[in-house]
Amino acid sequence: MSPAINIFKREFRAYIASPIAYIVISVFLLITGWFFFTPFFLQNQANLRSFFNLLPMVFSFVVPAVTMRLFSEEFSVGSYETLMTLPVTFTQIIVGKFLAACAFIAIMLVPTLLYPLTVSVLGVLDWGPVIGGYLGALLLGGAFSAVGLFASSLTRNQIIAFIVGMAICFSLTLVNQMLFFLPKSMLGFFEYLGADFHFQNIAKGIIDTRDILYFISVGFIGLYGANLAMREKC
Amino acid sequence: MIHVENLTRYYDHFCAVDGISFDIQKGEILGLLGPNGAGKTTTLRMLTGYLEPSAGQIRVQDYAIGPDTLEIKKRIGYLPESAPLYHDMIVYDYLEYVAEIRELDTAKKPARIKELAQLCGLNPVMHKTIGELSKGYKQRVGLAHALMNDPEILVLDEPTSGLDPNQIVEIREIIRQIGREKTIILSTHILSEAEATCDRIVIIHHGKIVADGSTQTIKQSAGKEQILHMTLTDADFSSVRSLLEPVTGITRIENVTSPEPHTLQIRITLVSDADIRKDIYRIIRKTDWTLLEFRQEAQSLEHIFRELTLEN
Repeated sequence: MSPAINIFKREFRAYIASPIAYIVISVFLLITGWFFFTPFFLQNQANLRSFFNLLPMVFSFVVPAVTMRLFSEEFSVGSYETLMTLPVTFTQIIVGKFLAACAFIAIMLVPTLLYPLTVSVLGVLDWGPVIGGYLGALLLGGAFSAVGLFASSLTRNQIIAFIVGMAICFSLTLVNQMLFFLPKSMLGFFEYLGADFHFQNIAKGIIDTRDILYFISVGFIGLYGANLAMREKC
Repeated sequence: MIHVENLTRYYDHFCAVDGISFDIQKGEILGLLGPNGAGKTTTLRMLTGYLEPSAGQIRVQDYAIGPDTLEIKKRIGYLPESAPLYHDMIVYDYLEYVAEIRELDTAKKPARIKELAQLCGLNPVMHKTIGELSKGYKQRVGLAHALMNDPEILVLDEPTSGLDPNQIVEIREIIRQIGREKTIILSTHILSEAEATCDRIVIIHHGKIVADGSTQTIKQSAGKEQILHMTLTDADFSSVRSLLEPVTGITRIENVTSPEPHTLQIRITLVSDADIRKDIYRIIRKTDWTLLEFRQEAQSLEHIFRELTLEN
C-alpha cells in the first residue's frame, strides 16, 4: 500500500478529530442554508440556482480554512521533519493531504443534499443541473483545496495560510465579474481564468471538457506550487 | 557503513557546515559534539535526507544521498531534536501509522508495537494523546518511532536534552542497549553523556571538525596544558607569585577567590610534559606557609572542549 494512503488516512482522521472541522462545517451549512432558503420562497422556483450561485464565494473562504493546517501545522509543530525523514516522497505527501481535504469537503457537501430533497418535495425539480452542480462543487472544492494546500505550504502561520489561500480563491472567483474594467481584447482570457464562470457552466447541467480541464489545471498548478515550496525547504 | 565527504551546507550566505568528512563503521556509536550553532543538527539533517547538502557527498552502504535518498530513509531511524510529533494523535495510533508508512507486515505490526512499548517503557501512556505527554515520554515515543522498522542506523539529535536526571539515565540505558547491535550517531552538548555512551567522538565548531577519535585519543592529542590548584594559609599572593614564577613551564599564576577566609587559593596553568609538582612542593616546603590542598586538574573532555571551541 502506498504511503500516500497512510497519509490520507492520518490527515482525514485528524480532520474528524478536530473541533475546527465541525465549526467550519457548521458555518458552511449556516451560510449556504440562509442564503439558499431566504430568496427561495420569494422566487417561488423549484431549483437550486441561488445555492450554486453563491457556492464559489462561500468556498473561497471555507476551503482555505479547511486546508490551512495541512502544512502550516506541521511546520510550526516541527512534525514536518519527522514526516520528511520517513521513506515518503513529496508527491505522496501532497497527494495524501490533498485527498484528505477533498474528502472532507465532499463530506461537508453531504448535508446540503437536503436542499434538493426539500425542493423536490415542494415542486418539480430538474435533477440535471443539480447533479451538474454537485459535480462542479466537487471540482471547485478540489481546485480550491489545491490552492489552499499551496498557501499552507508557504508558511508556518495558519492565519497567513488562510488569508493567502482566501485571496487567491476570491480572485479566481471574482475575476470574471470584474471584466468591465478590462479592454475588450483581454476579455476572453480573463473570463477563462474565472472559477465562477466555469462553475456556473457546469451548474447549468452542461458538462464541457473545457470547464473540467480548467479545474484540473488549477488543481494541478496548486499542487505543483506546493511541491516547489517543499523542495525549497530542503 | 556511512561515508561523508566534504559535506557543506549554506543557509543563504551563512555557512552552517563547512566541508566536513568522516566515516562511520558498522556497530559504532558516534557522538557529534559542539557548542550551540556549530552545525550538529544541520549535519544530521543532511544525513537523514531532510536537507540537501550544498556540496559534498554522503554514502550510506551503497546508496548515495540525492539519487537514493528514499532508500537511505528506509534504512535510517531518526529522532529529531525534542521529538516533534503530531500532538493530536494517540501514541498507539501514531506508532501504527509509522509502522504502516514503514511498510511493516500487517501481521507483525501489533507485536512490533508491543515490543517497542516494552523497550521504551511506553506501556502506561499507549492510549494517551501525544500532546499530553511529558517531555520524557514524548522523547520515548520519538525513540520508538525511530526504531520502528529495526533500522541498521539510528540517528538521534540531542536525545536527552530537556530531560530530568532520571529520564536521562533511562534514555541512555535504552541507547546503550540498542547500540550493541546498531550503528548510532547522536549529537549532544553534554560531554559526560558523549563520554559515557559513545565509542568515538567528533567535535565540530563553526561547521568544521576540530577533533575526531575516541575519548582517549582526543584527550591525548589535545595539548599539554595542565592545571594545578593549591590552597595555602599564612601566605600572600605576591610573594607566592615571585617564588613560583621562575619554575620552568608555568605560564600563568592566578589568585582565585577562596571560599574560606584567611586562605589563599591559587590556580597555576602550565605547559609541560614533565611533572613539576615536586618542584613546587620543594619551594613551598622552604617557606613558613601551610599547604592545605594541592591537586592536579584531571585533563577532562570538558577542558578540551572549551579549548577547542572557545572563541579566539
